[in-house]
Amino acid sequence: MEVLNPHTLEEALQAKAEHPDAVPIQGGTDVMVELNFDRRRPEVLLNLNEVGELRGWSRENGTLRLGSGLTYTEAMEAPLAELLPALAEASRTVGSPQIRNRGTIGGNLGTASPAGDALPPLLVEGAEVELASTRGVRRVALHEFLVGPKRNAAEPDELIAAVRVAPSGGQQTFMKVGPRNAMVIAVCSLAVVADRERGELRASFGSSGPVAGLVSCPLDEAASLPELVVEAASPIDDVRGTAAYRRHALGVLARRALERCLA
Amino acid sequence: MRIEVAVNGEQREADVWPGESLLFALRERLGLPGSKNACEQGECGSCSVLLDGTLVCACLVLAAQADGHEVVTVEGLADDGALHPVQKAFVEAGAVQCGFCTPGLVVATADLLARRSDPSEDEIREALSGNLCRCTGYQKIFDAVRLAAR
Ligand SMILES: Cc1cc2nc3c(=O)[nH]c(=O)nc-3n(C[C@H](O)[C@H](O)[C@H](O)COP(=O)(O)OP(=O)(O)OC[C@H]3O[C@@H](n4cnc5c(N)ncnc54)[C@H](O)[C@@H]3O)c2cc1C
Ligand code: FES
Ligand code: FES
Repeated sequence: MEVLNPHTLEEALQAKAEHPDAVPIQGGTDVMVELNFDRRRPEVLLNLNEVGELRGWSRENGTLRLGSGLTYTEAMEAPLAELLPALAEASRTVGSPQIRNRGTIGGNLGTASPAGDALPPLLVEGAEVELASTRGVRRVALHEFLVGPKRNAAEPDELIAAVRVAPSGGQQTFMKVGPRNAMVIAVCSLAVVADRERGELRASFGSSGPVAGLVSCPLDEAASLPELVVEAASPIDDVRGTAAYRRHALGVLARRALERCLA
Repeated sequence: MRIEVAVNGEQREADVWPGESLLFALRERLGLPGSKNACEQGECGSCSVLLDGTLVCACLVLAAQADGHEVVTVEGLADDGALHPVQKAFVEAGAVQCGFCTPGLVVATADLLARRSDPSEDEIREALSGNLCRCTGYQKIFDAVRLAAR
């Protein structure tokens, strides 16, 4: 086993091109659990912590560029939290302070879990994923990037460089169902935004299908949203909850979200 | 592979296996068993340390990622043998039973109080939500945090 420690994005992309099997590691909150329990023994680990270009966020005209190394703790801080309030709410529900200090948005996309809490808030805001390789940079809509449970559209030589999102400025919220406030993998979750500019409501649900789902309806048909969400969901019975409970809970969350977003 | 880490203010070197955690390196290579290993999956907080001043679970940091960085463990909180105010408060409040969770809770509490000297009840609960205790029922731990904040 070997650890590569690039210090620039260029070095990191070079390393990934030379070692397409290398497993990137940022916060390590998913990767380390696999290593500690010997579920995975990659030949090469690609440590991205020293790559400055992946950290923080920036604003270009109306678009935000969130570095893939942006932590949940950073996403909870103003002014970013005011620009993407649902992402900030979702971030606050992730794990514990220790997990939020290390865990990153890029890592959540990399893992592409149906329960990933950063995904619904980014989906309702129409986020794009910036994938980089020595071949160049391409942008993929987040809903196309998530191709299946724990599967994403990145090629073996690509790294997730950033997430791009143009905040709608609409009232929005994120809600998550689980047995306690901290340390909970969502039983189900829901993000909703009321985009007044486009006259549209968008909702995205987590832990209720193979990937986080996305639905929308005109603002003046708001009353139909809960049913749209419940119909689009395809939950299963598992250790965290039953499909029937998840459907019921999503309907309740959607009605509450409407109260919050249309107030 | 060899890593160099500033641990509790002292420059230390260690030979580590590339896939091992910072927690393992601290305990098994650097002779610092204060950080506890209870779950190795970020759930219990008993391995809490400060990495470049940020509270993290040492079990979820690759030892190689700490190369060239600063780590403070529970062993680094006492000043020349004098207990840190948080350590004193845990003793005084009777917040320690088996003690396995204590190092992590002490580090997490020290981190909270460094950021917020007078935390609210909710802030205390949120700050310590990543640290499990199977003995005390948490009341004495919250007493200790309030005592240390005074
Ligand atoms: C105790 C605990 C609680 C948790 N609670 C939650 C929770 O409440 N909600 C939630 O959504 N998640 C939770 N998680 C899971 C995890 O914290 C998140 O998925 C987090 O966002 C992962 O980020 P990371 O930087 O730590 O990822 P890492 O572990 O570093 O990487 C995760 C995956 O992404 C890949 N990857 C990382 N960076 C890149 C990149 N730049 N390009 C390409 N691939 C990349 C890695 O190879 C790996 O496959 C929890 C984990 C733990 C241990
Ligand atoms: S041992 Fe690290 S969180 Fe439990
Ligand atoms: S005192 Fe025993 S786990 Fe907390």
